[in-house]
Amino acid sequence: MTGAPNGSLRRRKRTDAAFRILAAVSAGIVLLSLLLILGTILWKSIPALNLSMLTRTPKGGFYLGKEGGILNAIVGSLELALGATALAFVLSLPLVLYLNSYKRRDSKTAVWTRFFLDVLWGVPSIVYGAFGFVVMLVLGLRASLLAGMLTVALLEFPIMSRAIDEVMSLVPRELKDASASLGATRFETAFKVMVRQTAPGIMTGVLLAFGRGIGDAASVLFTAGFTDRVPAALTDPAATLPLAIFFQLGTPFPEVQQRAYASAAVLTLIILAISLIGRALSRKATRHVVK
Amino acid sequence: MRLLKDAVGRRMMGLVSALPGLLVLLIVVGLFLKSKAIFGVQPLSRLLFSSAWHPVRGEFGLLPFITGTLWVTVTALVLAIPVSILTAIYLSEYAPPAVREAAKPIIDLLAGLPSVVYGVWGVLVVVPFVGGVLAPLAGVYSSGYSILAGGIVLAIMTFPTIIHVTLEVFSTVPHALRDASLSLGATKWETTRHVVLRKGARGILAASVLGFSRAFGETMAVLMVVGNVPAVPRSLFDPGYPLPALIANNYGEMMSVPRYDAALMLAALVLMVIVLFFNVLARRILTQVERRVR
Repeated sequence: MTGAPNGSLRRRKRTDAAFRILAAVSAGIVLLSLLLILGTILWKSIPALNLSMLTRTPKGGFYLGKEGGILNAIVGSLELALGATALAFVLSLPLVLYLNSYKRRDSKTAVWTRFFLDVLWGVPSIVYGAFGFVVMLVLGLRASLLAGMLTVALLEFPIMSRAIDEVMSLVPRELKDASASLGATRFETAFKVMVRQTAPGIMTGVLLAFGRGIGDAASVLFTAGFTDRVPAALTDPAATLPLAIFFQLGTPFPEVQQRAYASAAVLTLIILAISLIGRALSRKATRHVVK
Repeated sequence: MRLLKDAVGRRMMGLVSALPGLLVLLIVVGLFLKSKAIFGVQPLSRLLFSSAWHPVRGEFGLLPFITGTLWVTVTALVLAIPVSILTAIYLSEYAPPAVREAAKPIIDLLAGLPSVVYGVWGVLVVVPFVGGVLAPLAGVYSSGYSILAGGIVLAIMTFPTIIHVTLEVFSTVPHALRDASLSLGATKWETTRHVVLRKGARGILAASVLGFSRAFGETMAVLMVVGNVPAVPRSLFDPGYPLPALIANNYGEMMSVPRYDAALMLAALVLMVIVLFFNVLARRILTQVERRVR
């Protein structure tokens, strides 16, 4: 042992206690920063948070402090995130099922696919935004709800896939074997047995990705545009909550900045709700799960 | 019929599994093609290492932005790594099981908060704190919109990444080793230091590298508090202008100035390549750690 071989027992015990406190304090800092963030945002939002904020679109001069609300951004964000999550789900589920039912864990395809998913997970959202912009140019799309959905779907895809993969890889082998021995093909086993077995986990993964999608600003900056109206078609530009917050905070008027706090509180509450639902789901909804 | 469905399903799903790799490739190639226009104007070395940023005159030196990113990221990591690792040590070695269970959703929530929310909080709390408390203490003037403010906000955003990976690494250290050390009379801290930290050293490195690449690409939260002045920063209290902020701030004008869009796409490409490099590095270390445990 290199640390204080001649140290008295009392000194060693004191060091131990000191580090225990230091470690606990660090954990306290992490907890405190979360509470501080939530507390500040909610507290600051109280003066500006009211019903018309949530139920009205911006009227003329909204960004100068005149009347209106952020309905456009709330609806825009929900539509965009829903569409993106659906798209990401359509890609993620088959991918994960394929990895877990057709491929062995250590097969080359499985190892490399998981590796690339991890890499994609780490790609910054602004890069997705820039890439989405390139794709838009190639496809001849304008900044629109559709372009935003496509970009955010790419961002959500690795998050959702890895989350679902995590629960799917826990499906016991025996269950797959039992299904196979009853004459089911792998395809049937995948969609009828594994999906049901992991349904709560799949939902949690979907919600996780949805939360990321609705909160991300950098990827929709180029691709979804911004508008004061609620988008009526896929090709319309769409306002999003994160960008609404960003633009409102960027104005020099205190009344508008107040609204940014309120909008941030709305977004935070949406995220909180999603994470609570996710936790509740992962506990409940296990009706079909074989233990 | 069912066999046919199985075979078709297998092919289709096999195609989807090529998607992640393809997407990585597409992003790099797409960004490269769009930034190619700028290589004709200036050599790559000038682009990366010149600090002359005058888009209208056709000078696109990315150096201030690259250094800005590095400053903010390194500041964030210096703050985040010790706190995160000590938190992981607390949660895995000292904390009672109930606390450990309660900590998980908290860390998940911290990871799930949108970056704009971090940004708003940074503007409300961190910027005044840096400008009004820390800068006077250090004896300098600062508006608060500074590298340090960006670093503090970013540090909190990287906590979850580092804590999560470090915890996972600690959980691979066998309990028998800890028990052996404790039974030889070592205190908890001595066990942690000589057994857990030593066994997990490479994993902690990987966690930090992942934290680095997460922090490196963060856009909105940093953009909102860092000041955005395109000059190479000289101190922590100076404003900076990181790469992601550059891309995000100028998307509006980029079509009106010639080659501006190519310069911004190059910035995105640089970001992508650096993040890619560090991600691959971290994953490789983690795979090795995993393999050694088995």
